Amino acid sequence: MSTGIVSVENKTHDERLRQQHLLKKALHRPEFGAVAGALLVFGFFGVFANDSGMFSAAGIINFLEVSAQLGILAIAAAMLMIAGEFDLSIGSMIAFAGLVVAIPVAVWDWPLWISIVFAFITALGIGFINGYLVVKTKLPSFIVTLAFLFILRGLAIGFTRLLTGRTQVGGLKEVTENDVLAGLFSGEVGQSFFTWLTEIGWLDTNFAGQPMVTGIPVSIVWWLVIAAIATWVLLMTRFGNWIFACGGDANAARNVGVPVARVKITLFMMTALAATVFACLQVMDAGSADTNRGLLKEFEAIIAVVVGGVLLTGGYGSAIGAVFGALIFGTVQMGIFYTGVNTDWFKVFMGGMMLLAVMFNNYVRKKCLI
Amino acid sequence: MQQKQPLIELRHVNKYFGNVIALNDISLQVNAGEVMCLLGDNGAGKSTLIKTLSGVYKPCQGEMHIAGKRKAFHSPADALDNGIATVFQDLAMVPLMSITRNFFMGREPTVGKGIFRRINWRLANEVAKEEMAKIGIDVRDPSQPVGTLSGGERQCIAIARAVYFGAKVLILDEPTSALGVKQAAIVLRYIAQAKARGLGVIFITHNVHHAYTIGDVFTILKRGSCFGMFRKSEVSREEVLSMMAGGEEMDNLSSELEEFSRSDAVFAVTQNNTVLEASAALEHAMAEAMEQEFKLVSSHS
Repeated sequence: MSTGIVSVENKTHDERLRQQHLLKKALHRPEFGAVAGALLVFGFFGVFANDSGMFSAAGIINFLEVSAQLGILAIAAAMLMIAGEFDLSIGSMIAFAGLVVAIPVAVWDWPLWISIVFAFITALGIGFINGYLVVKTKLPSFIVTLAFLFILRGLAIGFTRLLTGRTQVGGLKEVTENDVLAGLFSGEVGQSFFTWLTEIGWLDTNFAGQPMVTGIPVSIVWWLVIAAIATWVLLMTRFGNWIFACGGDANAARNVGVPVARVKITLFMMTALAATVFACLQVMDAGSADTNRGLLKEFEAIIAVVVGGVLLTGGYGSAIGAVFGALIFGTVQMGIFYTGVNTDWFKVFMGGMMLLAVMFNNYVRKKCLI
Repeated sequence: MQQKQPLIELRHVNKYFGNVIALNDISLQVNAGEVMCLLGDNGAGKSTLIKTLSGVYKPCQGEMHIAGKRKAFHSPADALDNGIATVFQDLAMVPLMSITRNFFMGREPTVGKGIFRRINWRLANEVAKEEMAKIGIDVRDPSQPVGTLSGGERQCIAIARAVYFGAKVLILDEPTSALGVKQAAIVLRYIAQAKARGLGVIFITHNVHHAYTIGDVFTILKRGSCFGMFRKSEVSREEVLSMMAGGEEMDNLSSELEEFSRSDAVFAVTQNNTVLEASAALEHAMAEAMEQEFKLVSSHS
């Protein structure tokens, strides 16, 4: 139930409402499966990878960072999927946006912040084109964005080879140092807090006397902030209600005056924007952009979203679910590495988990209508 | 007799799709506190007429008057703003969304300003519960998904929503056709209530019992033209039924069937073979049974 989180305070108690068991109530939330799954995954690795350092401070930051990067994409993808559409161009958009940031700096000596702004504007434009085509042609978004998966990847390779002669643009580390916007996408926050934790002895230090964890990576902050905003929008705003309406039944929504086209186009722009945030984080972190970045990210995002309890056909789901879906993904990815199991098997596990999640979601949805 | 302005009036409306004449010189009016039943066979032009009234189509010729003023709708939203609300049979509700979210879909009440502008859930839930109570549906929890409600209750929410948001004319497209007897009764009772409150209702149905119970005026469409417009005092239930079922077509059908069974009987007599006789008798019996069934169907639907 999409409004379950909103407390309904009825002044008069209705005798036909019985107190539902807390667990049963939780079962009706779209993110229940993902939260339960995350606990399961933590339990599993708690047993099998406990002494490997996975759950040390540094290990936790490690898998949170992996989850955060995917989570940023997944939240935007979740909102779009709730509205009944897909965006398969996310992965290519990451590569494209990364190069839109890097090429002007490397080739034309633009200040970094200008090319970041430029990349965001470009992303909004591409998201708009995606959305506009889907809405106007009434083609499945699967097809339209699949086309853009190839178009954007091709543009990224084409332009990069044309302008630099290579497929990688590097040397951005120096310009990152003193840029006004780069700070938003690189480094860590809360260093003093972690230093303090070390001082009171709650956090270990490494051989050089530095805290094991020097701060929280900005990607995690982005993840949490975007999750909070998305949850607010979905649960508390008119726009959120329209998102559910569009995915639930676009015709019914249109009949009562919901601007379906505007909602969908806006959400396509948001997924492109999320891909650009991801690209900026990656470019600042690595100091380079590459035409191969973001491969298969669109599918990873969809897995996280579906594991997070969003209905593939739209109309049902939550941003919190996507957060936990991404957390499961990141934890398993890093966890398999820590347990020493051959990471070749990771994708088998991921695929299997997605199947289970979809079956579980279908079951829950039927239950919730009883 | 016509002292009050009709809420909505069509004058000589034509609608063409290419070379197809979908509506041919349709004139009708709906007064406040009146239920007009729109009857007609498939392809008679009912849907086109509804869509013209609700602003989906623009008439090619003719005029539309709302409360005495000439109007032309550009969109369904335009029609809504003029108090013409259309409730489609199954395109009204999103099953996985809560009652409150459905009720206020597209017109959510908000509090706060700027980025803190948010839906006033407390008010929304209260209003949804109240409005549902008014039509005799006691909602236990307005945050429960609409999918948990029965078909009749869902129709009622859609109608209640239209009324709450200021509809003066309700256009109901077969609201009872997918419903059981009890469910249909809920909807019919609610239509009666809306009528008592002074709304004009255009009620499309195939069910003569539903139509005759609630209707004041019956408009029959046939092949895009207006076949007739009758007040309840002018026609009997049987006459309405006969017009709805297509009158003479049904008569033709039953005489044709009779013809079949007669020729079968003749055929049976001329045969000496007992096996053939038996099978012919069987055919005869089947034809008779079919005829019975047709009569039954025509009297029920």
